[in-house]
Amino acid sequence: MPATTSAVPPATTRGGPPLPPGGTPRRTAAAPARRAVRRRRRIAAVFLFPALLLLGALVAYPIVFSVIRSMYDASGDTFVGVGNYTQMFQDPATLRAIRNSAIWVVFAPALLTGLGLVLAVLTEKIRWKTAFKLLMFMPMAISFLAAGIIFRLAYEQDPQRGVLNAVTVGIHDSFQGESTSFPTAKSRLGDKQLTKRPDGGYRTARRTEPGQVVNLGLVGVAPKDMPHGARPAAGAAGASAGHGELRGVVYLDFTPGGGGKPGTVDRGERGLPKLTVEAVDSRGKVAGTATTAADGSYRLTGLAPGSYALQLPAKDFAPPYEGIAWLGPALITPAIIGAYMWIWTGFALVLIGAGLSSMPRDVLEAARMDGANEWQVFRRITVPLLGPVLGVVFVTMVINVMKVFDLVYIIAPGPVQQDANVLALQMWLVSFGGGNNQGLGSALGVLLLLLVVPAMALNIRRFRRSQS
Amino acid sequence: MTTAQQTVPPRRRSARRPAKRISRAVIQLFLLVIGLVWLTPAAGLFISSLRTEEANANSGWWTALTAPGRLSLDNYAALLKDSGIVQAFWNTVLISVPTTIAVVVIAALAGYAFAWMDFPGRDWIFLVVVAMLVVPVQIGLLPVAKLFGALGLFGSIPGVILFHTAYGLPFAIFLLRNYFAEIPKEMLEAARMDGGGEWRIFSQLILPLGRPAIASLAIFQFLWVWNDMLVALLFADNESQPLTVALQSQMRQFGSNIGVLAPGAFLSLIVPLIVFFAFQRHFVQGIMAGSVK
Repeated sequence: MPATTSAVPPATTRGGPPLPPGGTPRRTAAAPARRAVRRRRRIAAVFLFPALLLLGALVAYPIVFSVIRSMYDASGDTFVGVGNYTQMFQDPATLRAIRNSAIWVVFAPALLTGLGLVLAVLTEKIRWKTAFKLLMFMPMAISFLAAGIIFRLAYEQDPQRGVLNAVTVGIHDSFQGESTSFPTAKSRLGDKQLTKRPDGGYRTARRTEPGQVVNLGLVGVAPKDMPHGARPAAGAAGASAGHGELRGVVYLDFTPGGGGKPGTVDRGERGLPKLTVEAVDSRGKVAGTATTAADGSYRLTGLAPGSYALQLPAKDFAPPYEGIAWLGPALITPAIIGAYMWIWTGFALVLIGAGLSSMPRDVLEAARMDGANEWQVFRRITVPLLGPVLGVVFVTMVINVMKVFDLVYIIAPGPVQQDANVLALQMWLVSFGGGNNQGLGSALGVLLLLLVVPAMALNIRRFRRSQS
Repeated sequence: MTTAQQTVPPRRRSARRPAKRISRAVIQLFLLVIGLVWLTPAAGLFISSLRTEEANANSGWWTALTAPGRLSLDNYAALLKDSGIVQAFWNTVLISVPTTIAVVVIAALAGYAFAWMDFPGRDWIFLVVVAMLVVPVQIGLLPVAKLFGALGLFGSIPGVILFHTAYGLPFAIFLLRNYFAEIPKEMLEAARMDGGGEWRIFSQLILPLGRPAIASLAIFQFLWVWNDMLVALLFADNESQPLTVALQSQMRQFGSNIGVLAPGAFLSLIVPLIVFFAFQRHFVQGIMAGSVK
């Protein structure tokens, strides 16, 4: 039997184009054809089997399982219906995760598409565009973990470590003037000369007339906090003041190695540089301002006759500007979105760039010939023609942003993790990260799935249209 | 009047040209700044990875730019002596390579079936695969963890591979099916006329012709798995964890662990970067084709 069947079909198929109807006996032709169909189906099944098995067991089944599991409580014993879904919107931590995810979806895709568009248009005008695109695209290749470590370091609060705050402090200081201040400095306990003021500054209790030398001693600055440029103050302390002049030194009243006398400028005691010294007249107005030199000396000149108090204003003792708390609770989400943009801008740039280069050049040229300026060309021609590409980038980013997990998990330090929480992370925390509520966890998983259903429908529609 | 008319056009043109040159210079400068901004954070981590722990604790990495002599590879040497990290690196390889092969083979088979075989429900099943393109892995974590627990696969490399393979398949099948469908019908019919079985057609016609798409897919899939943290965080135990998971466990003491984290991050991203530069074209194509995901 097998021998005959295997001999027949090749004979008929090799015979060429479709059999003429009725040319061969119907019964014998139909049987091998049916067998051939069955054989082809069997082969198709073999080809499909591994894929369908994995997709069925590890993708389709989990969806069904999660939907059912989401209707049971934490232990899985009691049916709670939509209880987990209503709890989702009452539990403050989950609610915050939902809110943060909404922030992500509203801002990240729009910012990325916008930045990608601007960069793509500008990149067209330079010669090194390939190198530029390559550089921008590189972060796409690396893991969220590596990107997270990169940005965790960049965002460090200490301007001595985090580059972003180093730049912020640099800019701040170049506008506000570099303030060398000694936040820990204070007057010696029991010092009758210098008294602390409510705003944190110090003022001399006794008033002085111009022509005097007043040395102001402070304590409480650790040797490691002394600026490297600080020089011994003893030399300048003994100078004499001229007419209409008040001078002296502001010094650290502490002799390294001991042996100094409190209240006097001993040898080896150093001046406190770059501090502001003010002369306050009898009506409480600042009549003169000076800044101390490297040896702590100051010189207030041009003072009218009268009595003055010397004042070290509060800013001499203010802690230095420390930059921005990028990883603090208020800014953590924008900060992580920034890191996310570092990764994905290249994607938007390359995709939109590809759309740009396939755009009809002559349309743009014609518009320019007609006198349209670059902005008009961009607004009226480039953007509308790029519409579909922009849509793809935007939708892709929305889908990706809803699933963001690693970056938040890595960048947000433990104490602010809750402030940075997003849906995918909360799903993880609730299910595995100590929450141990698999009912709520499943509900969050189902919510994530429901959120991407529109994208799913869009994909199917796009695919069907491309097939017809 | 006539002289005015003669002088106006040249003046206008000459006024426009410098303006254009200036705007071009502004654009160049702007993009240069953007490029620098993009490079700085990564450069910062790289330089930090070459500095001693003490140097990193006391001053910013940028101070090393003026004194590059102090940089050394000591952190990397120490890292490569850390057996846990080295093991994690090999685990990453042992997870990514088999996953990539499995996804390519399984998806190529299925893609061919969807593109060129006739069986009932073909289009519907394929639409389900298209729908699965955007299914978040999160939904699979809990159920598959239970399933793997029952099968004894939980906490092992094969489990991680299986999970990655399943979630890589929808995109892989989608990509390859669409590419295979573009192959001219005549070529397939000719091969079938010649009596070639489906296996032979698949291995000697489809696979060679589909090489560009398969290359893109393989690169994309490899990077996706190499860079994964979430899946391995759940499905791998201490012995089978990849580099990403091993490193993230050090994140809690970020400040004091920078001497491990910085070189570790570079160890984990050097392979993707090599792949990226070696296969730029395929990589970009893969990302573009995958933009539906």
